[in-house]
Amino acid sequence: MKALCWTGRNSVSVENVPDPQILNDRDAIVKISSTAICGSDLHLYDGYVPTMKKGDVLGHEFMGEVVEIGDAVANLKVGDRVVVPFPIACGNCTACRNELYSLCENSNPNARLAEKLWGHSPAGIFGYSHLTGGYAGGQAEYARVPFADVGPLKIENGWTDEQVLFLSDIFPTGYMGAELCDIQPGDVIGVWGCGPVGQFAIRSAFLLGAERVIAIDRFPERLQMAADAGAETIDYEAVDSVPETLKELTGGRGPDAAIDCVGLEAHFPGPLYAYDRVKQALRQETERPFALREAIMSVRNGGIVSIMGVYGGLVDKFPIGAVVNRSLTLKSGQCHVHRYIRPLLERIEKGEIDPSFVVTHTLSLDDAPKGYELFKHKHDDCVKVVLKP
Amino acid sequence: MAQRRGKDPVATGIGLFSIALGVTQLAAPRWLARTIGLKGNARQSQFMRLRGLTEIAGGVGILARRRPAKWLLARAGGDVADLALLARAESRSHARTAGAMGAVAGVLLPDLLEGVRLGRGDGSDGEDVSVRKATTIRLPQEEVYDFWRDLENLPRFMVHLESVQQLDETRSQWRAKGPGGRPVEWEAELVEERPAELIAWRSLPGASVQHSGRVRFSPAPGGRGTEVVVELTYSPPGGGFGALAAKLSGEEPATQLADDLRRLKQVLEAGEVARSDGSLEGHSLTEHLKQRAAQPTKEEVTVR
Repeated sequence: MKALCWTGRNSVSVENVPDPQILNDRDAIVKISSTAICGSDLHLYDGYVPTMKKGDVLGHEFMGEVVEIGDAVANLKVGDRVVVPFPIACGNCTACRNELYSLCENSNPNARLAEKLWGHSPAGIFGYSHLTGGYAGGQAEYARVPFADVGPLKIENGWTDEQVLFLSDIFPTGYMGAELCDIQPGDVIGVWGCGPVGQFAIRSAFLLGAERVIAIDRFPERLQMAADAGAETIDYEAVDSVPETLKELTGGRGPDAAIDCVGLEAHFPGPLYAYDRVKQALRQETERPFALREAIMSVRNGGIVSIMGVYGGLVDKFPIGAVVNRSLTLKSGQCHVHRYIRPLLERIEKGEIDPSFVVTHTLSLDDAPKGYELFKHKHDDCVKVVLKP
Repeated sequence: MAQRRGKDPVATGIGLFSIALGVTQLAAPRWLARTIGLKGNARQSQFMRLRGLTEIAGGVGILARRRPAKWLLARAGGDVADLALLARAESRSHARTAGAMGAVAGVLLPDLLEGVRLGRGDGSDGEDVSVRKATTIRLPQEEVYDFWRDLENLPRFMVHLESVQQLDETRSQWRAKGPGGRPVEWEAELVEERPAELIAWRSLPGASVQHSGRVRFSPAPGGRGTEVVVELTYSPPGGGFGALAAKLSGEEPATQLADDLRRLKQVLEAGEVARSDGSLEGHSLTEHLKQRAAQPTKEEVTVR
């Protein structure tokens, strides 16, 4: 089959690889109809995530048709149309029973590697380095889906792929980011980063009752997409200070909660950018946490900072003093997709949201390398790339 | 976690003394020679430095081994040689030299006694290693116990075992992949079992790898399942060097045990061992070392 393989820093190519096989009784094989490039794939592409190997098949947002099932998969049959959550979860361990699916205790065969870096291991993830299992991803014609009796969501009505595909990751991820903010009537939510996850965080914050959402980015097309959802916007390159601007917009209080939808490759206009960029290049720190620092400094006293952007290791100059002295709460996590996927499908069915708004580019799988370049450099107003195998 | 059993304090004291003396001999040979009544000439200083080196090596040997019988006896031999040399050395103060000889004789006694005492014991070279690992499994204590008590289940999660066959009430025949893929077989017997709580076993005399193990099952607080704590004690072939070689080749028991417990948890909770394209056989150090790219394999694989 054809698959998009990581071949080194800033380098991916479509290669012929063997078709996946059933390895365990709870596996299924899915023939992929649509798959997307995620912002976190760019962190792999840019070489910021350790334990990548040449030949790794990328992609953790995918859907398609079940073509083969293992003996223990009773709830699916060949021909079913499914969306697959990006974390791999067994459904039986304590984490899964507590609906913390991205912390599944049994799905990462490389748990020992992860424990070295993070203390304990999270769940396995499709196409997302060997730290999270070394699973082949879904930017391919077929994918093997472990624990297929737990993860895949059957799509039975005539929704288009673009309407339901993002239930695999970015819609639930944005939604969880907003849910962690514990939104109360009257709350103002700041959203750093208006990429695909930021877009869903903005819309989810409104769905969950936010009074106002203030979105921060620098790309006009992304700010426009945020404004289309009803958010007020700040172009961080056009203002002297984002925290000061936020104070002005919120009667001096600051947002009640902040959602970081940026992660480890943030940009920042100022000399601190050079400092973190150099330290990161020298591998002295793994992150450039400008958005996170700014979110922490901006949120009101006693506020919540919800971190959905991806971070992998260590940060410098982390404003822990603000957290402690201003009673802030930090919440985070890779999204527990399984927890949200059904309720969010219901919201789509009720017409509360149509996730297809985020798609700006549809390419064939063969053009995936071009999609990575478009998305990375935000050329052609690129916000979200969907690939068709 | 790998740990050595508690070390003998007398041997530790001698080891530290040895190193301190050696460092002094190396750093201030002339001063030390004169202090013990010798002339401190070039030849004596040179010899003092040489003894300093052997003294440090001996001290490190004594500290590094859990039962350093041979090192202590070697040290006693060195003491005897020192006495002979001191008796014949060119001296400028016979009183001081006699004092030094008394001191050497004073150390000779504990060297000998400890060396002989530690040299007895179980006949092995005394490099027993014990490892302990724990996991929590979301199942009732009885079920986890029952699974383990059916020893024939062990190869389902202990990756090096090929089979375990129950011979009678207490004895069982174990078969494993040995170094270089050659099969190794041995018999083991249950030495203690308390239903739902504890199973202890040991290999019978004649096993190529002498080992014993115990596994304890206890309820995790707040209905969190069962805590499983496994302790293995074994005497690696080749002593300390054997243990080091095993560590380097990825066969180190602490790592093996941790991987085995991960698989036990997977088998009991999820019903199967998690396998990925990068780690086709699931958790194991060798899988991690030869991690394949995360793309489907060409090889025929068996469904577990």
